[in-house]
Amino acid sequence: MLRRLYSEQPASFEFTEANKAWAEGQIAKYPEGRQQSAVIPLLWRAQEQEGWLTKPALEYVGDMLGMPYIRVLEVATFYFMFQLQPVGTVAHIQVCGTTTCMICGSGDIIEVCKRRINEKPHALSADGKFSWEEVECLGACANAPMAQIGKDYFEDLTAENFEKLLDQMEAGNVPVPGSQAGRYSSEPAGGPVVLAEHKGTGAEYNGSVQRAVDIGDTLKRIDGTEVPLLTPWISKGAGHGEVAKPAAPAKSAVQQAAEKKAAPAAKPAPAPAAEAEVEEKPVTLDAAREGGADDLKKLKGVGPKLEETLNELGFYHFDQIAAWTPEQVAWVDSRLKFKGRIERDGWIEQAKIFAEGGDA
Amino acid sequence: MLKDQDRIFTNLYGMNDRSLAGAKMRGHWDGTAGILANGRDWIIDQMKASGLRGRGGAGFPTGLKWSFMPKETDGRPAYLVINADESEPATCKDREIMRHDPHTLVEGALIAGFAMGACAAYIYIRGEYIREKEALQAAIDEAYDAGLIGRNACKSGYDFDVYLHHGAGAYICGEETALIESLEGKKGMPRMKPPFPAGAGLYGCPTTVNNVESIAVVPTILRRGADWFASFGRPNNAGTKLMALTGHVNTPCVFEEEMSMSVREIIEKHGGGIRGGWDNLKAIIPGGASCPVLPKHKLEDAIFDFDWMRENQSSFGTGCMIVMDNSVDVVKAVWRLASFFKHESCGQCTPCREGTGWMMRVMDRLVTGDAEIEEIDMLLDVTKQVEGHTICALGDAAAWPIQGLIRHFRDEIEDRIKAKKTGRVTAAYAAE
Repeated sequence: MLRRLYSEQPASFEFTEANKAWAEGQIAKYPEGRQQSAVIPLLWRAQEQEGWLTKPALEYVGDMLGMPYIRVLEVATFYFMFQLQPVGTVAHIQVCGTTTCMICGSGDIIEVCKRRINEKPHALSADGKFSWEEVECLGACANAPMAQIGKDYFEDLTAENFEKLLDQMEAGNVPVPGSQAGRYSSEPAGGPVVLAEHKGTGAEYNGSVQRAVDIGDTLKRIDGTEVPLLTPWISKGAGHGEVAKPAAPAKSAVQQAAEKKAAPAAKPAPAPAAEAEVEEKPVTLDAAREGGADDLKKLKGVGPKLEETLNELGFYHFDQIAAWTPEQVAWVDSRLKFKGRIERDGWIEQAKIFAEGGDA
Repeated sequence: MLKDQDRIFTNLYGMNDRSLAGAKMRGHWDGTAGILANGRDWIIDQMKASGLRGRGGAGFPTGLKWSFMPKETDGRPAYLVINADESEPATCKDREIMRHDPHTLVEGALIAGFAMGACAAYIYIRGEYIREKEALQAAIDEAYDAGLIGRNACKSGYDFDVYLHHGAGAYICGEETALIESLEGKKGMPRMKPPFPAGAGLYGCPTTVNNVESIAVVPTILRRGADWFASFGRPNNAGTKLMALTGHVNTPCVFEEEMSMSVREIIEKHGGGIRGGWDNLKAIIPGGASCPVLPKHKLEDAIFDFDWMRENQSSFGTGCMIVMDNSVDVVKAVWRLASFFKHESCGQCTPCREGTGWMMRVMDRLVTGDAEIEEIDMLLDVTKQVEGHTICALGDAAAWPIQGLIRHFRDEIEDRIKAKKTGRVTAAYAAE
């Protein structure tokens, strides 16, 4: 299928404040220099905000990630969830037509779409409220036939109950997603035959439907304020191993929020290049002193692996670490390839306490 | 039939508490630090002993796959990538894990990541699974808050991140190297192998790609013991497995069952039998679109596991079956799969890009009967030219269902062509 940009494009695109903060949180999931990885999630959010993917949105996302526009366009045209033309203002309906749904009656659902929306897929209905397309397997085959409307799966469809869904949406209501035949999730109709003792103490709806009902954004355009922004991988994560977090030119809302939440974690990485260049080799040992090595894993952020590396470098005892000077820290730091971790995690302070027999 | 106490996914239908507290009540996240303390080699040995074979379709032994990861790092980080791009037609099992029992996956990611020396796991979920993505992210957030993952995960001294990433509707991204490309923010076009991902995968670093179910079963296997898991199923087909029955059974569903049960027993116990009774069965496609179709006469004593399906020129795949009764036009059903593969070919290799379209167009004519008898063999010949001549297995996957159809239903195709030519309906047609 030929996929290209739509003939008429809006003048501009910008993320809402909240969507922008969300996008910055997503970018932090990837190591420094790999921001391009976030292109699909960001394009998707742009589409959620506008309804379809416009040329200004592609360029905006490209600028945000430092990608050439052509690379963004390649991605947008490759993946079929990106709608490159306007869709219905109320809903875009994606009917699964692959084999299981086909033999269970998705043809009837498609007939309804053709009759009530438009003979052709991807074309708007007369009132502009709806559009539809046939998509490949959506992965809810035990509840076939099914369709995705907005963000949600509507399952166990028949021509009749599907028409009722359309009626409800036309009238401005949001129907409850999930099975339209009264099933809870993917258990056999009439109730589970296994897991009998686990039956029925949970929520009213299954995991997908409960979220749809709680958030209420089945058909809504997303501006980012629907759910609170959580980015625990920034505040509690290990931060991509050896790769230090880049210091953003201006602190984003996400990072500020993260710092407030977990103060000790997100201190800006110290040891800029100029300081770090002065190195001096500290005193090292060939083996632990009598009485055996200290348990260096007590230090924050030191695991079995790092302990082994420290031992190999010649450090076995807390008093050795406690005595490091800034130049010696730089020496160790450059060999551990954990830029700034020693300061960030406060090893020297902790080592002093441990060396004196205390507990940090 | 598998007893309830031997099930790994005890909240499969989501009827119980889906939060961390609920997961802990069901026994997840129990003694995870202790498991990690046994070390990488112990975990990999246990996984090998359990006989777990990859649950994404290919059935490669999971423990062996992990052991390909470098033991000593050369300075590059290593990654675990979890394939949650569930888009093989008829496959709807991982969705239930992610929305209803997500902590099995998050805990599995930590243990598997530790066993292969990875610094982080990326879970690549298909873009359409929007609520499943939210449910899984909520579980990851809970695990971070409880200190189970992140810095000093489970107080083990090991730092491990779990990141959730999503795609945007491309079947090909279920292929491991295409998934890696997509995760790097590019078109999902498979890479040539070698280098294999364990040598150079995500961002050029050592990477292992595993299916959701393969990872989610790990914590329970390690807690209950490799012997326990290996006690289910025939040798080389060990374990319990999430399966699904879709199509013309009385009650389509997803369920967990032991390997190597008879197909008929599974259909009768879980699916409530074939619509209209066993004799109304026409054929099944055992484990997703790429598995060749099997007709009823092959299924009387069929065993549902990797080896039986392979010996009978089909494939166990993901264990999610399409069941077709006699009302189905099996030629059209396979035509729809041909159309699926044409739609999903990434266009990188010529045999697949051109071949899938070519095969679909011949199938168009076989469905209506507007073809010559010779075209059946010509089509078979084209499938052989596509099969094995592409970078990834999508070309093979497109060829196999058609080969299966011709192998078992050649009469039906020929009858249809003859009927169209002579205007006479043959006995096979008159019966419908």
